[in-house]
Amino acid sequence: MSDFRIPTRRGFLKSTAALGGAVALTGLGAGRALAADTTVGFIYVGPKDDYGYNQAHAEGAAAIKGMPGITVVEEENVPESVDVQKSMESMINFDGASLIFPTSFGYFDPHILEMAQKYPDVRFEHCGGMWTADKHPMNVGSYFGYIGMGQYLNGIAAGHATRTKKIGFVAAKPIPQVLLNVNSFLLGARAVDPEITCQVIFTGEWSLAVKEAEAVNALTDQGADVITCHVDGPKVVMETAAGRGAFVCGYHADQSALAPEKYLTGAEWNWANVYTDMAETTLAGGTIDNFVRGGLAEDFIKMSPLGPAVSDASRAQFEDTMATIKKGGFSVIKGPLKDNKGGVIATEGQAFEESDVALESMDYLVEGVIGSTS
Amino acid sequence: MADQTVSGGGAGLVSVPAASGATARWARRAEALALPLGALVVGLLAFGLFLLALGKSPVQFYELVYKAGFGTWFSWQNTLSRAAPLLFAALCVALPARLGLMIIGGEGAIVLGGVAAGGIGAAVAGWPGAIAMPVMAVFAMLAGGAWIGAVGALRQKRGVNETISSLLMAYIAIAVMNHLVEGPLRDPASLNKPSTAPLPEALRIGEMPGMDVHYGFLIGVICCVISWVLIEKTTWGFAARLVGGNVRAAQIQGLPVGWLLIGFTALGGAFAGLAGMIEVSAVQGSANGSLAAGYGYAGILVAFLARHNGIAIIPVAILIGGMEASSGLIQRRMDLPDATVLVLEGFVFVAILLSETLYGRFKAFSPERWRTA
Repeated sequence: MSDFRIPTRRGFLKSTAALGGAVALTGLGAGRALAADTTVGFIYVGPKDDYGYNQAHAEGAAAIKGMPGITVVEEENVPESVDVQKSMESMINFDGASLIFPTSFGYFDPHILEMAQKYPDVRFEHCGGMWTADKHPMNVGSYFGYIGMGQYLNGIAAGHATRTKKIGFVAAKPIPQVLLNVNSFLLGARAVDPEITCQVIFTGEWSLAVKEAEAVNALTDQGADVITCHVDGPKVVMETAAGRGAFVCGYHADQSALAPEKYLTGAEWNWANVYTDMAETTLAGGTIDNFVRGGLAEDFIKMSPLGPAVSDASRAQFEDTMATIKKGGFSVIKGPLKDNKGGVIATEGQAFEESDVALESMDYLVEGVIGSTS
Repeated sequence: MADQTVSGGGAGLVSVPAASGATARWARRAEALALPLGALVVGLLAFGLFLLALGKSPVQFYELVYKAGFGTWFSWQNTLSRAAPLLFAALCVALPARLGLMIIGGEGAIVLGGVAAGGIGAAVAGWPGAIAMPVMAVFAMLAGGAWIGAVGALRQKRGVNETISSLLMAYIAIAVMNHLVEGPLRDPASLNKPSTAPLPEALRIGEMPGMDVHYGFLIGVICCVISWVLIEKTTWGFAARLVGGNVRAAQIQGLPVGWLLIGFTALGGAFAGLAGMIEVSAVQGSANGSLAAGYGYAGILVAFLARHNGIAIIPVAILIGGMEASSGLIQRRMDLPDATVLVLEGFVFVAILLSETLYGRFKAFSPERWRTA
């Protein structure tokens, strides 16, 4: 039943509350879509108030709702199957959507690619995908942010907060995007104290609350006193960890409300900025670039405000590092660096900047991370 | 052993008494049609009250369901595409149910069928489609059949409750799938979405002529018809229904009860496995975590609404497919959460289950009445 409170809390009922039962006889509300210049569709793989991946996108969608000339339509909990293809088509056929953001990584191949071929006049913007000019249609674009930097800053806050020198990471799957976050978190903490270790537990699924809670308990049982995560909805991790007395660093969206005392900071997407840009480009008749990437400097990523438990020394190093990152040229993965099996990742002087494509096929955990990718 | 029974006294154990006559048989058929339809209407009305309590218009809701599910040609294609996997998933519930087994873990057979098809497909990628696709289908059906057949065997040999074991085995199946697509069967190029190697175009199931609905729907309809014939018109089906009606009686008749249980659960699993192969070949293009889309669970609802009748599964799957097709438009136009359609399905499901107690309670449907009249 809690699902039915969601629209109320997020304010979505406001627009329809006045309509009540009377709207019944007024047809299907078809006029709504036609009034606007551009209808933008957003599709989420999970609930849009998950305190995580989907909420971050929904907040981005909310940011462009008020723009003149833009109508936003949304669907949540859409599986990565024929369902999402039909959701896109339904938005095109019934709502006249001409710009669609199917936000889950798994929507890209084959679902978006098929719809893009079928509807060449509709623009499809996908989060996380690797759009390639010679392989993919021109009406598809992919965008993503260098959020590993955010996990590096999380790591700095964690490095100052930990007393046991053990920090923990609850991760979904051992794929490059996740591994980069785990490694960045540990390396951020090691920028404070090189003796810190980070234990990672992979739950195997993007959204699996029970295992996420078990993982947090296992990590705290083993002494980890700062926890972060990379799962779709960090709510369970944040609440369980804070309940166990550990500090937490957020991910995807701002989770400070879930653990106000224990929340140090968090690596957040800033899709509101990205989507506003894209909507403005579209309204002005321009074309969005097919391959868009950005980090802290480009406001694709932001950090949650530092929590009450963050010390002055921590704050100073955090802000200093953030300024360095924003200046550009900063590398988290740089030599000398070994993986946790002893293999060499980078030799002295070798460095991978955030935009380096080599990072997009990461398959290792760095030295100091306890855990295995397989 | 089976022939002994069928010609023997078994006939008296199934529903229609031999002497009831054509009118009485029609009375029963009318009951079998009228009660689920009546329950459907009651469920829809009850859900309407629920919507009113939320301050939403039931009229608008059902108009949207009609529009997005059945109102336009696109809506029909949407509905049929969503119905396709439900046909198979429902068979995985319906066939064992005719023997009295409640299998609710068809999801496991679907994902394993998909992985088998994806793995085999990658291995035979160079073969012509006419050979490779049947090979993929066979392996998918073997995988699904073995998985649900094992549930039947556990029940038969060890007395393990099949409802619980099939559900739990679905979780194991999903874990096995994840292990395989992230490990031994992973295409190294699939970085952030671990998958088996993409199938070449020749191994992809295409769309039926003139519509955006893949052949999987047609295959599903054929499988439903085959299942109906098997259950209603063959001696095996007769023996299966006998086991479902009274397992002791079936044993006394000398029926191979164990083989029937295992065989029909395996067949149901094989259909679910085939659904996995079709998902991989027609929709996904490779096997990956997206296979666990919940079709196996939606199939339970379809099978119950169809009262485990193969032919009835076809219209019911289309009905549920239409409801799910409308979920998006309802979210967008009425600002209701996506769970709304699930709640609707829940109302209908409960109404249908309650209606089960009404069989034989209405005089109008009583064969006795029609015989004397």
